[in-house]
Amino acid sequence: MGDAMKKVPVREQDPKVRAANFDEVCLGYNEEEAVEEASRCLNCKNARCIQGCPVNIRINDFIAKVKERDYEAAYQIISLDSALPAVCGRVCPQETQCEGKCIRGVKGEAISIGKLERFVADWARENGIRPKAPETKNGHKVAVVGSGPAGLTCAGDLARMGYDVTIFEALHKAGGVLSYGIPEFRLPKDEVVAKEVENVKSMGVTINTDVIIGRTESVDELLAEGYEAVFIGSGAGLPMFMGIPGENANGVFSANEYLTRNNLMKAFRDDYDTPIYRAKKVVVVGGGNVAMDAARTALRLGADVHLVYRRSEAELPARAEEVHHAKEEGIKFDLLTNPVEILTDENDMVTGIRCIRMELGEPDASGRRRPVPVEGSEFEMSCDAVIMSLGTSPNPLISSTTVGLDVNRRKCIIASEEDGATSREGVYAGGDAVTGAATVILAMGAGKVGAKGIDAFIRSKG
Amino acid sequence: MFKILEKRQLSEVVWEMVVEAPLLARHAKPGQFLIVRKDETGERIPLTICDYDAERGTVTIVFQPVGVSTMKYLELEVGDGFADVVGPLGRPSDILDMSEEELKSKKFLFVCGGVGTAPVYPQVKWLHERGIDADVIIGCRTKDLLFYEDKMREVAGNLYITTDDGSYMHKGVVTSVIDELVAEGKKYDHCVSIGPMIMMKFCCLTTEKYGIPTVVSMNPIMVDGTGMCGACRLTVGDEVKFACVDGPEFDGHKINWAECLKRSQMYKSAEGEAKLKYQEGRTHEGGCGNC
Repeated sequence: MGDAMKKVPVREQDPKVRAANFDEVCLGYNEEEAVEEASRCLNCKNARCIQGCPVNIRINDFIAKVKERDYEAAYQIISLDSALPAVCGRVCPQETQCEGKCIRGVKGEAISIGKLERFVADWARENGIRPKAPETKNGHKVAVVGSGPAGLTCAGDLARMGYDVTIFEALHKAGGVLSYGIPEFRLPKDEVVAKEVENVKSMGVTINTDVIIGRTESVDELLAEGYEAVFIGSGAGLPMFMGIPGENANGVFSANEYLTRNNLMKAFRDDYDTPIYRAKKVVVVGGGNVAMDAARTALRLGADVHLVYRRSEAELPARAEEVHHAKEEGIKFDLLTNPVEILTDENDMVTGIRCIRMELGEPDASGRRRPVPVEGSEFEMSCDAVIMSLGTSPNPLISSTTVGLDVNRRKCIIASEEDGATSREGVYAGGDAVTGAATVILAMGAGKVGAKGIDAFIRSKG
Repeated sequence: MFKILEKRQLSEVVWEMVVEAPLLARHAKPGQFLIVRKDETGERIPLTICDYDAERGTVTIVFQPVGVSTMKYLELEVGDGFADVVGPLGRPSDILDMSEEELKSKKFLFVCGGVGTAPVYPQVKWLHERGIDADVIIGCRTKDLLFYEDKMREVAGNLYITTDDGSYMHKGVVTSVIDELVAEGKKYDHCVSIGPMIMMKFCCLTTEKYGIPTVVSMNPIMVDGTGMCGACRLTVGDEVKFACVDGPEFDGHKINWAECLKRSQMYKSAEGEAKLKYQEGRTHEGGCGNC
């Protein structure tokens, strides 16, 4: 037995090896490691970890089952609250959620809840265990827009309640950001994402790909066609750029484009047709999870990668594990640095980037200290590609084509935090379409809230 | 799967396919585009919707096999299908927003070339169905590249055809026809130009000279086509727009053409390599040192 104060370490691919492949970085716990880690859990009566979880997984209960080596029971406990445990175990920011509340974490290290969740989900998949399908259908039809974390969760919950659910997905593949955004080395597509999507389908959910709500069909048409309610989980939307000179040069990409080419279109594989620019030196601008994903993808495609972020390390919005992994792999962090211009040659190809040093001033609206430019500190860095990872602004496709659907000042759909209801009766929304770019698990939380809201709405109609 | 119901060669280099896509066909309008993916390993390629039949549930696409993806489309026969056909994407054409009086008060000119001739057809047809006869100029390098002549003649007011080499009808480029028509005293209030980017650019330079408002349909590099990737961004006036959601039609007099032309070259060498690999197998392994 190891030190009870410390997490059982998780095996990972060696940084030097993984920097050149797209295989998963984290190898996860084996059975012995999982049981040992589960044994560290104090099984608190008032388990604070559950409150830290946006979908309130009964964490202490499932960990107790792992301790007893009853993994199937552990899986069914998780499945009561989450449709995507193999995903969440890999991509949730546990340190600020469940693990951040863990009592064990007060004196020592928190329980590795995420790694245990992943172990249970992977074990279930490898052993052909699926979530329990509903025994009876209630005959009510609901449409869900988008098959990302919010949509899949909402659909899964509604299916479990007996609803007849159809998901409409704009892309050719289900999964939303899990398919186009998060890279293979963090979230394997065929083994993990596709399997969790299959699990949702096995609960009776239909997924129609290649249907863009707002274009191929409208929300109003769905309602007219007999869907009693619609949940909009259409995701984040349009990538933002800085508005600096040179930004439309060849070699400047949004992180969305770069990641979509690589992850959804599989440009990193020789047998797929979609091209991706193989740059020698890449500058990624931004400090979130998406920036880390873009940087680590560029590295694996053979580039020397610098990450430029205007605040300091403490303010990096990315998960701690991603920052740690990125550094291990050799991504260079240029912190307190902000681009002012992208430099190009006569063919409009990127040749470099001019940046300015920043320092932290007074706290801004977000509570973080505002970065201010240091006068006269401009400098140039050579590079042949720049990837902008600055967040997104909402996609107007649905809000502009749905009668009576209100949006806020930032053009996000307005939806109640209590039940996901929008200004339009029967239309619910959640996830990035409502909050702007956030995390997988928050979108799942919103999907859950939406499912409850829709259930209450349909019941109230009798 | 989206089944191919018809396949025909329109000219030496241009092909047309009629594809089953009922939901798309029911919502398509002139000016919009769709995205095709042939199979699991294929690219997502944006193509302008060239015609649609809501009752039959079909859309018509016209393409010139220049890259590997469109070359692979030719492997498909009637009865086969595309893995994905999604749309309609983009905003419908501006002319659809005009009131009947506005339409009737205007004299329309369409200027097209290459595969751009195909998406011009439904717009001219749409006007014709409302009793408005638009003038149409079709330009091509040589007679063998011309298509849709009869179809277009049925719906156009006056049809002018011009070939670069003079092998058919007028000799010269499309802008020389515009110059001649204006010199003859013709007045136009609205021009729509669809074709190769360089043709649209020069068409716009010419119509700007005569003060004819001109709309062009842009077909830049795209991935998803729904606004997510931003690859299709272009500068219109002093704003950056996404062709997929803000377009594909824009005021041609405000477009930064130099930027658009350069951006369209982004994957030229990758495309060239892919084409060689497709046509000749893996003979280019390791590179020849010249490219």
